[in-house]
Amino acid sequence: MFGNLSRNDWLLVLGFAIVVLVSPWTLTPFGAGYPALLQKFCIFGIFAMGFNILFGLTGYLSFGHAAFLGVGSYAAVWSFKLFTMNVIPAVIFGVLFAGIFAVVIGFVSLRRSGIYFSILTLAFAQMSYNLAYSVLTPITNGETGLQLTLQDPRIIDNAFITPGEGLPQTDLFGIPMNGYPGFYFCAVALIICFFLTLRIFRSPFGMMLRAIKSNQNRMRYTGFNTRPYLLTAFIISGMYAGLAGSLMAVTDPLAGAERMQWTASGEVVLMTILGGVGTLIGPILGAGVIKYFENIFSSFNDRILEQLFSFLPDAAREVAVWFTGLFVGEGWHLTLGVVFMLIVIFLPGGIMEGLQRIYNRLGGGSGPGAGAPDTAAAQPAE
Amino acid sequence: MTTASENIVLHVADVSKSFGGLKALSDVDLQVREGTVHAIIGPNGAGKSTLLNVCIGRLKPTTGHVVFNGQTLDQHQPHEINQLGVSRVFQTPEIFADLTLLDNVMIPAFAKRDGAYRFNAMAALSGQADIRTEAEEVLQDIGLLEKSNQIAGSLSRGDKRRLEMAMCLIQKPKLLLLDEPTAGMARHDTNMTIELLKRIKKRGMTKVIIEHDMHVVFSLADRISVLAQGRIIAEGTPEEVRNSPKVKEAYLGEAH
Repeated sequence: MFGNLSRNDWLLVLGFAIVVLVSPWTLTPFGAGYPALLQKFCIFGIFAMGFNILFGLTGYLSFGHAAFLGVGSYAAVWSFKLFTMNVIPAVIFGVLFAGIFAVVIGFVSLRRSGIYFSILTLAFAQMSYNLAYSVLTPITNGETGLQLTLQDPRIIDNAFITPGEGLPQTDLFGIPMNGYPGFYFCAVALIICFFLTLRIFRSPFGMMLRAIKSNQNRMRYTGFNTRPYLLTAFIISGMYAGLAGSLMAVTDPLAGAERMQWTASGEVVLMTILGGVGTLIGPILGAGVIKYFENIFSSFNDRILEQLFSFLPDAAREVAVWFTGLFVGEGWHLTLGVVFMLIVIFLPGGIMEGLQRIYNRLGGGSGPGAGAPDTAAAQPAE
Repeated sequence: MTTASENIVLHVADVSKSFGGLKALSDVDLQVREGTVHAIIGPNGAGKSTLLNVCIGRLKPTTGHVVFNGQTLDQHQPHEINQLGVSRVFQTPEIFADLTLLDNVMIPAFAKRDGAYRFNAMAALSGQADIRTEAEEVLQDIGLLEKSNQIAGSLSRGDKRRLEMAMCLIQKPKLLLLDEPTAGMARHDTNMTIELLKRIKKRGMTKVIIEHDMHVVFSLADRISVLAQGRIIAEGTPEEVRNSPKVKEAYLGEAH
């Protein structure tokens, strides 16, 4: 299981782990050094990384991945309600149920490719979203969202300890999962996922997925049954999303249907493309950048802008505040849209392509650049 | 070996194929013997490529059967037909244009070793030394080894064709189907391809080859079938076909 990874790949995993684990200190100067945001980086990093296994390797663009995120969250909260506040079973349930869900959706959706596949996945996700609001209310608690209550059976916990006052907290064998312990739990999950993704990228299986993206017809006439390959990739990617969903519930034990909405599915597409489709690290970077800017830009309001432009004369200040006001606060999605457009037009390979270009400009490499997006981060010595 | 050479590897049994009102193949009957090179020639639109498409499962015959090694292929998917031992070189090269040459050749080797599906996501590519060595040998064989780390899409048309041939050869198929392997090649590349095909012939691989270039056909083929308007109008050794008046009229007449 642990053999056969090259020395560079081990260094990559080690480096990645260090960067993630020290991020509470390194990101503090940027105003991101607090657990609520840091664990968001990890959770969406896992989500995007999983999405990239499907989209980046096989080229199949799923527009309904948020459904798996939602299923993961619901499954985890139910585990808290029915069994125990321990997060390990919750995560296992989240991944398992998302996986089962992915088998069903993948089996049907993968009968088509290209835009038809995207539309099918989108339809499934919107269906799940609407069902969660309507007929599935007994499971999802509809608009209110699924929450912990004092009446929850919690059979395993209650068999061993008498419940305390108020709602219990999620925990890992006694360590409460709020604040930094919560972040470190997510961080470890992210590092494990990174390791697994690296293994998949470096495996014959990963190579077959890339080959399907490159020329599915050739794959068929070469003797491969491509459907099970695609389904496996779809399920793996759904399980990553389920893990991300359950981690959301771990850090904040409630689940709402809006997690499955198409905007959430669209967001992970943006993260992956922004970071660099098909690269190992790109999607995690993309997720981090989007969540960071969401946090920074959406916190701006007119008062802060007034202060920012206080050096301007009144008339000019009003115009400046009005104009920049469009891009911050509630309007930060406009900023995201503009950034996304610029990236797609000028850097189709995303942030990773940008880094590769800078690296080449500095005379560091003779890598093939845009043609092989994987080389930048993944194969520093080749 | 003498008995083996009598074995029929591929039997196209009374196959017809219609597209709407157009009959692309009419009662084509073709037997390919083990270890031979069987050429199919004929003017454009004669149904040659359709015939190959039927053989690899891309098209299903309207009537008739394709029998490979005694097995009827009616219900087989393309990948199953390949797993039985049929590989094909296409008229326009079908390669993995985004991957390196080495990857392009390793992938078919995995299909040969691991079958139609194998979930080996936790195995490392770098640990597949045997397949890598095999791929490098085949690349050496077709003279593309020094380009093994290039992206396949950057190759010239001739090189792409030879790469595709390597992708088929590494599978050591029982039957290799070649659809105009030298079309659009420069003379030098054509000669290299003929040399390559002659070398493979010595290994006893059965081949069906569609070709326009008579130089290629007559220097390689053991038997020739002439297809015109979806029918086989003549079949025999190169000598017999060359001297057949029917063939001269239908096909060679155009060129001379």
